[in-house]
Amino acid sequence: MNKLPPSNAEALCQQLARKMQPSVDVKHTILVGIHTGGAWVATRLHTLLGLQTTLGVIDVSFYRDDYNQRGLHKGGGKSHLPFATEGAHLIIVDDVLYTGRTARAAMNELFDYGRPDKIELAVLVDRGGRELPIAPTYCAQTITLPAAQMLALTRAEDGTLTFQLTAESHGETGK
Amino acid sequence: MNIHIQNGRLVDPASHTDQLADVFIANGKIVGTGGTAPQDFKAEKVLDATGCIICPGLIDLSARLREPGFEYKATLESEMAAAAAGGVTRLACPPDTDPVLDEPGLVEMLTHRARLPAFAHVHPVGALTVQLAGKQLTEMAELHEAGCVAFGQANQAIVDTQVLLRAMQYAATFDFPVWLQAQDPFLAQSGVAHEGEIAARLGLTGIPVAAETIALATLLQLARETGVRLHVTRISSAAGVDMIVAARAAGIPVTCDTAVHYLHLCDHDIGFFNPHARLDPPLRTQRDRDALRTGLASGAITALCSDHTPVDDDGKQRPFGEAEVGATGLELLLPLTLKWANEMKLPLLTALARITIGPARIMGVDVGRITPGLAADICVFDPSASFQVSRNHLKSQGKNTPFLGLELPGRVRYTLIDGYIAYAHDQTD
Amino acid sequence: MTTQTSTHRNPQLNHQGELNHLLSIEGLSREMLTRILDTALPFTEVAEREVKKLPLLRGKSIFNLFFENSTRTRTTFEIAAKRLSADVINLNINTSSASKGESLLDTADNLAAMQADMFVVRHAASGAPYLLAQHLAATGQDHIHIINAGDGRHAHPTQGLLDMYTIRHYKKDFTQLTVAIVGDVLHSRVARSQIHALTTLGVPEVRVIAPKTLLPSGIERMGVRVFHDMKEGLRGVDAVMMLRLQNERMQGALLPSAQEYFKAYGLTLEKLALAKPDAIVMHPGPMNRGVEIDSAVADGGQAVILPQVTFGIAVRMAVMAMLSGA
Repeated sequence: MNKLPPSNAEALCQQLARKMQPSVDVKHTILVGIHTGGAWVATRLHTLLGLQTTLGVIDVSFYRDDYNQRGLHKGGGKSHLPFATEGAHLIIVDDVLYTGRTARAAMNELFDYGRPDKIELAVLVDRGGRELPIAPTYCAQTITLPAAQMLALTRAEDGTLTFQLTAESHGETGK
Repeated sequence: MNIHIQNGRLVDPASHTDQLADVFIANGKIVGTGGTAPQDFKAEKVLDATGCIICPGLIDLSARLREPGFEYKATLESEMAAAAAGGVTRLACPPDTDPVLDEPGLVEMLTHRARLPAFAHVHPVGALTVQLAGKQLTEMAELHEAGCVAFGQANQAIVDTQVLLRAMQYAATFDFPVWLQAQDPFLAQSGVAHEGEIAARLGLTGIPVAAETIALATLLQLARETGVRLHVTRISSAAGVDMIVAARAAGIPVTCDTAVHYLHLCDHDIGFFNPHARLDPPLRTQRDRDALRTGLASGAITALCSDHTPVDDDGKQRPFGEAEVGATGLELLLPLTLKWANEMKLPLLTALARITIGPARIMGVDVGRITPGLAADICVFDPSASFQVSRNHLKSQGKNTPFLGLELPGRVRYTLIDGYIAYAHDQTD
Repeated sequence: MTTQTSTHRNPQLNHQGELNHLLSIEGLSREMLTRILDTALPFTEVAEREVKKLPLLRGKSIFNLFFENSTRTRTTFEIAAKRLSADVINLNINTSSASKGESLLDTADNLAAMQADMFVVRHAASGAPYLLAQHLAATGQDHIHIINAGDGRHAHPTQGLLDMYTIRHYKKDFTQLTVAIVGDVLHSRVARSQIHALTTLGVPEVRVIAPKTLLPSGIERMGVRVFHDMKEGLRGVDAVMMLRLQNERMQGALLPSAQEYFKAYGLTLEKLALAKPDAIVMHPGPMNRGVEIDSAVADGGQAVILPQVTFGIAVRMAVMAMLSGA
């Protein structure tokens, strides 16, 4: 278990792809990236894994479990799933796995589109702090971070992905 | 009881008096004013009027006491307490009680019931037509004998101009004054607010100014024809004031009054559909309000009244168009008059004339002035004190006022009716 | 001169300036209106999914309080609420029995006691939802949100919003448009809401086209250009918003006949040709074919009347979601 925060997200993507390759069927496995960070990673993985299926993006804003506390999340609803969810093998992709609530919201949403055959979870970083019984199927790196710190993926103008570590803002929490 | 009111500033509009002077009262009458007591006068009670104005008891040309018939809204006891607290010693009540004041017996019952020392003098306005229905004349001579000081229709127009003409002719026969509101019933039909920008925005049915001016033209013409003493009640528009002024210049002996609400509020004050702003006639524009303020100052309008109309909460807590019309006002007549006078920088003599001698002349009763020999109807008030209008503070059962929460000037210290102390300011008030 | 201070704060907004009730378009900023339209966008896609539901309002109770009959509007609110997984209870309160018995406020108090989260209110009297909002605030129940589904002639804010959504969908930029509202503006809460929305969103020219008897006095002060000649009024217009003409208007000495009205103010293909070639035709429904609109136009390619209905559900979902989360 690493103590230092990861910064080389690109390298992690490569690692993650290597771990996923044996289980992936390029003609049938569908990646669904969680907007926004997960979607960037999913795009990277889609190329690295040589998938022939369409890439999906899911925005979990309307499925978050903190609506009663925080109200309607601004700028929601960018889900784009141009394939039949019914009977599919889906891999949900996210940048950071933390409390597990985002992954749960993503699963709830996917089921509303149709019943998949199998759902797996792929993340670049598992930072611990789980609040629900959710575990990643594929994970590039496991670290521990204090609750006061936020780990977020950023994308540079040229498309390079990097992790940033910041003090917690009261916006995005509970991944 | 012999009462000596001392250290006050005597303001009596009828005699143009405005000076420091004491007032001496014996046997319910004024027996002297000035620096020295009349001979053999021994005061049994001394009222200290330091810092206060001593003026004639206020005369309100329109106050609904809600008896008979509407006792769930208010009673004589509560409204007379309100009158006394407001410095009002004499009031006229409109005929729209239940039953309508169109029978001498009913008028007698009312005046009899109201004859208590602590109660303001009541001058009922009798119905001009039976049931106010605008078809049949009432027994005006009998009603006058029973105590009616004038005849009117409250807010109900007489639709049939033939009947209106006849009613005025009949009243003129006996030289009885006729007090009528100028509002064309067809143009005002189902209207709830002034027809204009605000009503358009709020989706409320409007009553155009034409409803007042067209009806006023009819009333003025018929007054000229019949020679009746016409008094137009609750004038609400600039155009209406202009017509009254022109009519007087042309020799028609018409008078008019307005109510305190129209002096201070306009249609903007409906705000977010405040039902307390639902009045008849409706609150009109700022221009109209300004014309009323100026008209009252210049004497084009000679009387200001409260148009006191207590409405219970159930009657007001309804959507604007469904709310009952009217506002409570006996206790606000003086403060709102003072507010207007302060804002327009008018002398107290002018302002107080509009609520004492002005209404007295319209009523045709020799009251509203402080002169030895006349009844001791007196109001002592502190013009520099102020209070906040609140439900708890109001003695009337009607808490329905658009002025709730506002700070107003003027606190009554004493009200005397026929020399009886009907109200004395409690320090805890 | 100010009056009762408690009615001075815009009752639609809570202390944080967020939308607590939707009572009227008037008083909402351009930013707020835009936010509602933006929120509605993803909700239009829900209708295309297998499960046409989002879990946002699961467990919430929404009461449709309709003091004025309207199956269509009530139904769209019901669909919107159910798509957000809310429980919906419909109350069609006959106006005459309401005036005999329970007052508006008593009805509301009884329902609040049944753990209502939201009231969708339609009432024949202008201002009724404001009375309700004030009452809820005064009785410590302002966690209950109110949506005005139409009050008298005053406002129909969700209709105004869905009309704006429709215009934005087809025309994109409000600041380049000329829009005409045609018909009985005097009696129309829809028209008032549309005018407020259009002017707030920056539409440079808003026209109303109607005979004098159907225009409220002082309408220009709301920021519109008045036309009595429909042909003049439609010239170069990007969107034509038709209003329904009710039969009662002929009885009230406001109009002589439906035929004459149609001749002067009915929308026909011929008159529509005066507008821009890509102008859209809108109508809040239900249509009186042959009175305010010709069937050829209603069924023609420029009419977007059915999309309006679809957008209406998404807009109502957005409003409910925004209010509930406040």
